[in-house]
Amino acid sequence: MAVIDPHINIDDYEPEGDLVVLNLGPQHPSTHGVLRVKLWLDGEVCIKAVPYLGYLHRGVEKLCEKLTYVMVTPIIDKNDYLAPITNEWAINNSFEQLLGVTPPPRSQYLRTICAEIQRVASHLLWLGTFGLDMGGALGGGATLFMHTFRERETVLDLFEALTGARFHYNTLCVGGNRHDIPAGWDVLVRQTLGVIASRIDEYESMVHENAIFLARTVGVGVVDPVLARALGVSGPNLRASGVDWDLRRDAPYGAYGDVQIKVPVRTEGDCFARYLVRVEEMRESIRIALQLLDGVPEGPICALKPVKLPGAVKIKPGIGYASIETPRGELGSWVIADGTERPYRCKIRPPSLHTVALLPYLAPGNNLSDIVVVLGSLDPVLGEVDR
Amino acid sequence: MNPWLAGALWGLVVVTGAMIVAAWSTWFERKFAGAMQNRPGPTEVGPVGLLQPIADLLKLLQKADIIPRTADPVLFNVAAPLGLILVLATLAVVPWAPGLVPADLDIGVLFALSISSLMVVPVFMAGWGSNNKYALLGGMRAIAQAVSFEVPLLLAALVPIILTGSFRISDIIAAQADGHWFALWPPGPGALAFVLFFLCSLAEANRIPFDIPEAESELVAGITTEYTGMKFGLLYLAEYMHTLVSSIMAAALFLGGWDGPGPDGPHWLLIKSLLLFAGIFWVRWSFLRFRGDQLMNLAWKKGIPLGLAVVMASALWVHFT
Repeated sequence: MAVIDPHINIDDYEPEGDLVVLNLGPQHPSTHGVLRVKLWLDGEVCIKAVPYLGYLHRGVEKLCEKLTYVMVTPIIDKNDYLAPITNEWAINNSFEQLLGVTPPPRSQYLRTICAEIQRVASHLLWLGTFGLDMGGALGGGATLFMHTFRERETVLDLFEALTGARFHYNTLCVGGNRHDIPAGWDVLVRQTLGVIASRIDEYESMVHENAIFLARTVGVGVVDPVLARALGVSGPNLRASGVDWDLRRDAPYGAYGDVQIKVPVRTEGDCFARYLVRVEEMRESIRIALQLLDGVPEGPICALKPVKLPGAVKIKPGIGYASIETPRGELGSWVIADGTERPYRCKIRPPSLHTVALLPYLAPGNNLSDIVVVLGSLDPVLGEVDR
Repeated sequence: MNPWLAGALWGLVVVTGAMIVAAWSTWFERKFAGAMQNRPGPTEVGPVGLLQPIADLLKLLQKADIIPRTADPVLFNVAAPLGLILVLATLAVVPWAPGLVPADLDIGVLFALSISSLMVVPVFMAGWGSNNKYALLGGMRAIAQAVSFEVPLLLAALVPIILTGSFRISDIIAAQADGHWFALWPPGPGALAFVLFFLCSLAEANRIPFDIPEAESELVAGITTEYTGMKFGLLYLAEYMHTLVSSIMAAALFLGGWDGPGPDGPHWLLIKSLLLFAGIFWVRWSFLRFRGDQLMNLAWKKGIPLGLAVVMASALWVHFT
């Protein structure tokens, strides 16, 4: 495969045949949302790729300035729509930092457990859609997809039992949680995670020993760790390139300080390494969640008194930044407070935005089929890219 | 009987039969895929969804027939029925029982294979005529794939011809009487040639894992991107029929055709080809897709040497026995 400079001026390129400009997206079955990638193809080999963002821009950051601190949570939920709890957690962390409030231990444990089972659900969905990218909606990919969705449903059932909503829970508030653990929930979680753990082994045997899967992923879309760090890539994509960096272990928040966390790291940096890291992360998340579930402390779930009115929380002027490790990487929330009940400015640092920035470097020199696989392996969520 | 009248009658019977089998195969495939994916498949139309193919047909007929303004109207419109006509023409040389054959050509195998390799023409017509980049890429891929897999397919089909010494399909089936199926005997080349023939016909018919011309994850829907309504249905049906015809050919050339335990007859050919057809479903719903260049490697570096080897082995077998 010829090495092609990603910053090439397309007018200077001399194609072998005719240069085809292909707009991959915004309506396309495998851009995982409304991402548009403009591709210059020589035959089927990509010469240059430019991602265009903003098709899903809903002005969430601006909306947050118009809403009170309490009303921000359900809006922010929709950013990373595959792992809603992490959005809530990041923004509420920064509010709590500004207020100087620490959520009680029970709330910390509950948040951590929720984040970990959410990570399992998010990675399960990723595995299914990654299969779709390679196997098609009318083929083996769809079979993998249906199977991973079956397990993801059971995780959503857990959230339904806890918060009443299967998705977009609005369960975290400034200072703690809204919904306490219902009776029998821990038994349900243990049961569900036990089933999922055995099913993950099943998928691994299905996918791992599949010659076509290996042929499509091994050595494809290798991410250079130096480049990845320069672009601010984080999460599984970074760890698959050999950079051992995980906020859960390196800057513990929530209840992560109380558990041992093994961070899976691979050095190959290709699509297969990213697959392996995510599958290992699912196992690790199940382990962490089960471990935490054994030691959930008794006590209140909210440090402040339960919020009844939207304007009940006021924050004195200041700047707060909190970041957490979501299934996709480091999600940061930067908030400026001006003493009123509304944030003055709210900036989200989504991990997927930095992931999409990798695409112009990974696509050139690759076949069109591989670009789809590479994009799928990076697992961007366009909801948080465009916000 | 008047040869024109006989031809018309045969055509009516064979085409209607093939259509019925293909239509209810879609029902079976959807049930089969449903069973593999923890879902029920069609249930609403008729008992256990049995009338679903009719509902699908009615739905396709009602859809608006859109011809893109920039498309080439002739190529775009001709491609859809042409594919189906070509693939149905192959059925003319398939013998169902001794003497029960629409046209017992002495070059039957050659006729069937040449017609089925013509199938790439409507596919490329659809890809080129749509004037859509995804369709064009799909058409390009289809040609590359068909040209590559043609060679090992023909080499594999040569094995029964060498073993029998005839291009006539009824001769080939007659030579396999009493269980001497070419897939089983001679032990080495027969089985290998059968596997090779079957895989290459999968590739010819653009089925998973070789369905890169319509790889919907990258090419949206490949050549069928711009097609709507019944024209889409015809293209889809042609591809489906191609798979069915490939199964029938494989059953006739390698699995003894009408020969079987108990009374011989058309039912055995039907049962064998439907079992092969179901095998294709199984493969389809459990495998991922190859990349284009990997597929070419498979054809040129593995398929053709293997094909040459089995042809050589069967020639030696005939020479020394």
